[in-house]
Amino acid sequence: MVQSLNRLKESPSQTAGPYVHIGLTPNFCGIEGVYPEDLGGRMVNEKTKGERIIVTGRVIDGTGTPLKDALIEIWQADADGLYNSPAELRGSADPNFTGWGRCPAGQDDGIFKFETIKPGRVPFSDGRMQAPHITFWIVARGINLGLHTRMYFGDEEAANAEDPILNRIEHRVRVPTLIAQREGNVYTFDIHLQGEKETVFFDI
Amino acid sequence: MSDPIRSNRLPETGPFFQRDLGWHPKAYTPWYKTSIVRSPQRALLSLEGTISENTGPRFGHNIIGELDNDLIHNYARPGESAIGPRIIVYGRVLDENGRPVPGALVEYWQANAGGRYRHKKEGYQAALDPNFGGCGRSITDEEGRYWFRTIQPGPYPWPNGPNDWRPAHIHFSIFGSGFSQRLITQMYFEGDPLIPLCPIARTLNDPEAVKMLTAKLDMQATTPMDSRAYKFDIVLRGRRSTFFENRREGN
Repeated sequence: MVQSLNRLKESPSQTAGPYVHIGLTPNFCGIEGVYPEDLGGRMVNEKTKGERIIVTGRVIDGTGTPLKDALIEIWQADADGLYNSPAELRGSADPNFTGWGRCPAGQDDGIFKFETIKPGRVPFSDGRMQAPHITFWIVARGINLGLHTRMYFGDEEAANAEDPILNRIEHRVRVPTLIAQREGNVYTFDIHLQGEKETVFFDI
Repeated sequence: MSDPIRSNRLPETGPFFQRDLGWHPKAYTPWYKTSIVRSPQRALLSLEGTISENTGPRFGHNIIGELDNDLIHNYARPGESAIGPRIIVYGRVLDENGRPVPGALVEYWQANAGGRYRHKKEGYQAALDPNFGGCGRSITDEEGRYWFRTIQPGPYPWPNGPNDWRPAHIHFSIFGSGFSQRLITQMYFEGDPLIPLCPIARTLNDPEAVKMLTAKLDMQATTPMDSRAYKFDIVLRGRRSTFFENRREGN
């Protein structure tokens, strides 16, 4: 008889559906008075260290249409490259920076926008440094399992050139799908779910 | 900087077990029509988790208000309550190693008893309940337990096929300790004949996966003359550990 490993299966994913806002950003969709404010709307305060930036963009489907019902979450290091998480053992992250943000795509234009700071570099598992990046997680109606990707910074060419993850992308023409271009203090990162410009998504 | 005492007893920080993508729904499930243009066509890039994915945000109990886990009352006018079958939903958040996940933020949302969501993009003719908002949240206790009180949601018609109805369901969003554990799923109710007909439930290939998302009626947890109870356990990805890292016996 074969022995059992006694592991549990992960709960299978299901789509977040079109009304994800009711649960995750109720104030945004007009359900007021249950929570004082929606979670993840403020990542910084006046004491946060680092360069203030805005990260904005759209999630676009295979026909070129922006999703107006997507929900985007981001997770990133502070200006010194430390995560505000109990699983961060290298030091204490900036207590004035949450590192985590949540933003629904605009219901008219599909635009998401995060007011954050530019993250510091963090090491890869073998000690090499990764280029500065922001981790993205995208859910929406029609997406059965949340999609993971990363945004890198267009003005970090040298760091991007040595990034261990960007270097793992075999089809070099796809690398630019992960790189946001800078204009002033705004980085624009459009995420293409499907087609010619399809963003690289990770199984991580 | 890192505490030398703490560094001998590491919290869980290792990479996660790989996801079984044959167990989760595939991205392209054309009978669920919206997935057709919203599914990536190229292969996912497989990565070992780095610190960027192995860490994640932590939420304190201070964000939880007194009525956050009482959907019967958290949107109701003073002295009033939502209309519908009163139920308790409870369970544990565990990892694939079978260990409880304490401190996990669990958020849930649903339609009212008639299947109507409180959302401006929703046009179903069933009436809104003025005393029902439809959202709630909990943070799991030391044993990974969560619980809330609500009304059982109604089935809901949706424009997919010409006559498709969602089974009664409650949406769940869960945070573990790492960002790559992030999960959104749906809870169904034991015995609902709409489950096997539903194109979204049918994105799951394995009948065991559907079973895992189907909450069981628990008459022992029911409050007589008040609320029935349903049990719904949630399992998040487990973490790997290396020999001597924190568990010599392995995971």
